Amino acid sequence: MIGTLQEWLSNPLLVRWEGGPWEATLVTLYMTVVTMALTVVLGLPLGVALYETDDSASPLVRKLNQVTGFVVNVLRSFPFFILIIALIPITSAITGRSTGPNAAMIALTIAAVPFAARLFELNLREIPAGKIEAVRMMGASRWQVIRQVLIPEALPGLIGSITTTTIAVIGYTAMAGSVNAGGLGQLAYNRGYTGYQTEMIVVTVVLLIAIVILVQLIGDRLSRAVDHRARTA
Amino acid sequence: MITLDGLSKVFPAPGGGDPVVALDGIDLHLEPGRVHGIVGRSGAGKSTLIRCLTGLEKPSTGRVEVDGTDVAALDGAALRAARRNIGMVFQHANLLDSRTAAQNIAHPLEIAGVPRAQRQQRVAELVELVGLTGREDNYPAQLSGGQIQRVGIARGLAAEPKVLLCDEPTSALDGSTTRQILGLIADLRERLGITVVIITHEMGVVREVCDTVTLLQDGTITQSGDLLDVAADPHGPLSAELIPLPPAPTGIEALVVNCDYGNSERFRTTDDLIRLAETYEAEATLVAGTIETIGGCQVGRVQLALRNRSGQPISREGLTAFLTELEAAGVVATEVTA
Repeated sequence: MIGTLQEWLSNPLLVRWEGGPWEATLVTLYMTVVTMALTVVLGLPLGVALYETDDSASPLVRKLNQVTGFVVNVLRSFPFFILIIALIPITSAITGRSTGPNAAMIALTIAAVPFAARLFELNLREIPAGKIEAVRMMGASRWQVIRQVLIPEALPGLIGSITTTTIAVIGYTAMAGSVNAGGLGQLAYNRGYTGYQTEMIVVTVVLLIAIVILVQLIGDRLSRAVDHRARTA
Repeated sequence: MITLDGLSKVFPAPGGGDPVVALDGIDLHLEPGRVHGIVGRSGAGKSTLIRCLTGLEKPSTGRVEVDGTDVAALDGAALRAARRNIGMVFQHANLLDSRTAAQNIAHPLEIAGVPRAQRQQRVAELVELVGLTGREDNYPAQLSGGQIQRVGIARGLAAEPKVLLCDEPTSALDGSTTRQILGLIADLRERLGITVVIITHEMGVVREVCDTVTLLQDGTITQSGDLLDVAADPHGPLSAELIPLPPAPTGIEALVVNCDYGNSERFRTTDDLIRLAETYEAEATLVAGTIETIGGCQVGRVQLALRNRSGQPISREGLTAFLTELEAAGVVATEVTA
């Protein structure tokens, strides 16, 4: 029933480019990479802002922190499947259409930014307060502290958070198949599930697993490369 | 160099109860070019004092003057500029793990906007000054506790501050590393003429490097002065902590007396005390004691057992006369009652 590798590799369904698993892989990767680029660009400042405004002396800033935190929590509590449907009016207003990878990426970014921002905030919290205070005592401005202490000291953790978010986004892209985003998720659903091509489900699952393992591997390597802290056994 | 004038800091209680008075009317003047020790138990107000000196905390009332500027009155960019006048050394060094030793040392210069070439030259000087040659490209995780604190000190000195403020600089280090670091601090004062303030709870640190010592208790100064004067004043609260009397052996068949000397013209060493006992026909034996030489002057807190020639405790009259003569010469002498 499973068949030989030879049979799998010569199955016309699987080796065909157009509408096949290789094209779908590329679409999935495209959505993931662009979403993650936007997520880092938007989520990192948001995470730093959440961290910096948490115990501000100004009541106005604290209020702003609470409101932002609330919005972040609301967005995070949406199941992605519901969020992507709820966002259809917004995505069609921005991209001109409610389906396809570009429309999906807006929903993906809106889901990933609050997720990543909370993780980034946690990474920043792990920096010992004494290190930040030491640099403030050297006469550093707030911006210098962010750039020279917060980001570089938290970098190993931040990279770990980016890895975790990337893997969550890969999972979300599969769900984005419901708005015809394309990619591996939709392929598995349309051709594998509704089209009864079981081989297609197996191939997409294997490809997704491979992508996730690879992302985790690269993330771990990068994180370790920038981590100069003492390793405790 | 540093003048505190009526410095008070009151924190509102977290639960809305009575406010907490961390510092209560501190008046203190610290001379330039000397090593000043500030001692006190935890909760005495040492940390608040440091935070006020660096402007991280605004005093409730009073002035904090460092090198002629009132730090408490500054804000924003002026405060950041004033902070560069004070180098700070911390208990756990607080180095950044993401920077090498050299990059950590260069950090204050980077913040001050010193050009790269100048930075590198200054870092090279500092690395040599604190004895870290060959280690400059190591990350803190690759250095020992003593080396980390050397980086911390070099970083504190990088921007050529007038004052080096050390907050428990040796409390996390072992005995021999502590001596090395204190030796380095004393050496820097000698070579750079910098004013050093060491906040500590370790009396050994004070004995080893400080020129003056100030005792902080419950937010107020209870004693302050030159180390020798403070150590030799047996009535002061610090003397017993600086020169502690070790526990005496028990069950001695003799009269035992405590003698604290140090500011007496006549009695400069324990031998002088023992010689005096002989004039009262007594043999004095040293049974316990701590003797320190501070600034070329001996300060001691000793316990002597007195017996007559036949090995019996000496007479009451002889004892009273002996103690009176010591007291008259400025030695605090009391009989130990079993």
